[in-house]
Amino acid sequence: MREIEAGKITETIARLCHEANYELGEDVVAALKKAEQSEESPLGRAVLRELLENAQIAREGLFPLCQDCGTAVIFLEAGQDAHVVDGDLHAAVEEGVRQGYTDAYLRKSMVRQPFSARVNTGDNTPVVLHTDIVPGDRFRIMVMSKGGGAENMSRLAMLKPAQGREGIIEAVVTAVDEAGGMPCPPLIIGVGIGGTAEMTMLLAKRSLLRLVGQPSPDPEVAELERDILERVNDLGIGPMGLGGRTTALAVHAEVMAAHIASMPLAVNLQCHSARHREAIL
Amino acid sequence: MMQDALNIKSPIEPDVIDKLTAGTRVLLSGVIYTARDAAHKRIVESLDSGEELLFDPRGQTIYYAGPSPARPGQVTGSIGPTTSGRMDAYTPRLLAYGLRAMIGKGNRSEAVREALVQYKGVYLVVVGGAAALIARSIKQAEVVAYEDLGPEAIRRLIVEGFPAIVANDAHGGDVFEQGKAEYRRGR
Repeated sequence: MREIEAGKITETIARLCHEANYELGEDVVAALKKAEQSEESPLGRAVLRELLENAQIAREGLFPLCQDCGTAVIFLEAGQDAHVVDGDLHAAVEEGVRQGYTDAYLRKSMVRQPFSARVNTGDNTPVVLHTDIVPGDRFRIMVMSKGGGAENMSRLAMLKPAQGREGIIEAVVTAVDEAGGMPCPPLIIGVGIGGTAEMTMLLAKRSLLRLVGQPSPDPEVAELERDILERVNDLGIGPMGLGGRTTALAVHAEVMAAHIASMPLAVNLQCHSARHREAIL
Repeated sequence: MMQDALNIKSPIEPDVIDKLTAGTRVLLSGVIYTARDAAHKRIVESLDSGEELLFDPRGQTIYYAGPSPARPGQVTGSIGPTTSGRMDAYTPRLLAYGLRAMIGKGNRSEAVREALVQYKGVYLVVVGGAAALIARSIKQAEVVAYEDLGPEAIRRLIVEGFPAIVANDAHGGDVFEQGKAEYRRGR
């Protein structure tokens, strides 16, 4: 059986935390440039230009893209034919975040006992870790630094099946409208449809790992994504909520089967500073 | 065409606040103080209990921000705005006490907007997520209160050419409402 050293996982996650927070993905940069070309609002265009300039400054390596370096959300696809040696997997992941956030001068934003003392843990742990067992002998590790402002605007709605496609669109558009400028638009809108309450939230979050604007492979879902995007961009919220056509850069929807009584819907908003990186071990 | 940005000094004098209108871009120079969720809670608790304030907000400008750590040789780390709405619960109280200006991102509650008109204050926004760019306009930074809060400590910043936009002015103007009304497509 193939062996993967725990230390290698730590090292990889530390590197991914660093890269994600200083190098905005080329897909995001391209989407922002395209938006800067098409945005009608002068203030909106000025915001988009600032974001592109910000990405360049961050790439130089002294300042992370955003001061909110987020909660470290880790998606780990663990090949069933590999096993971890020389350490505990969960501890190795936490150590990777601890080292990455410390060495790269990233802000530590996690507070213990959130309903009372709210004391900063000092190293951005604990992580939020989602593990899937998959075929093969490789580990695919995806690190997402998820900012608090956008995450706060998440929504879960257990819709009635009778509400149908239009009910889904309405609910997503309403969530974005109510969020206004708070989640740092232009957004990438993660949508989960189906499953159960917790699974649909995970679907929405996972959809944010796609390249910006990459449509769903299911043509019916892709059409839904396009329709939601059009409706959202008609809201007029615009970059940072200051008015404009670019409220979202993309809508990503992930769909799974649901119970005959249910149509769960999740909305997970990603700010324009969409920071994630992956590696395969 | 968009007008050029207005150069203004912080603390912002009342006569300057009176002239600012929603949607105007400004470049701020002078002194501002960072304070966010935890610091606001402590300031208001001190006001309630009559304790001495470690930071006196009267006449000042508060920036809702908690920077990333500064690298050696740098004044600050990245330092963009956090969502202002979370401070809405504390803001009317602070404006009544004498706070004059706030900087953050996102819209404010009706109570805050009314308090801005009543007490002649102004709310500015900076571009969320442009935190590395904003860091360039910070010339000095020192923690002045609540050091134990880490990124949430109150810092005194000296800024030059800090780029902001007037969001809510002292006359009821609101850039979010104006912008949305202009670009919304009817349904």
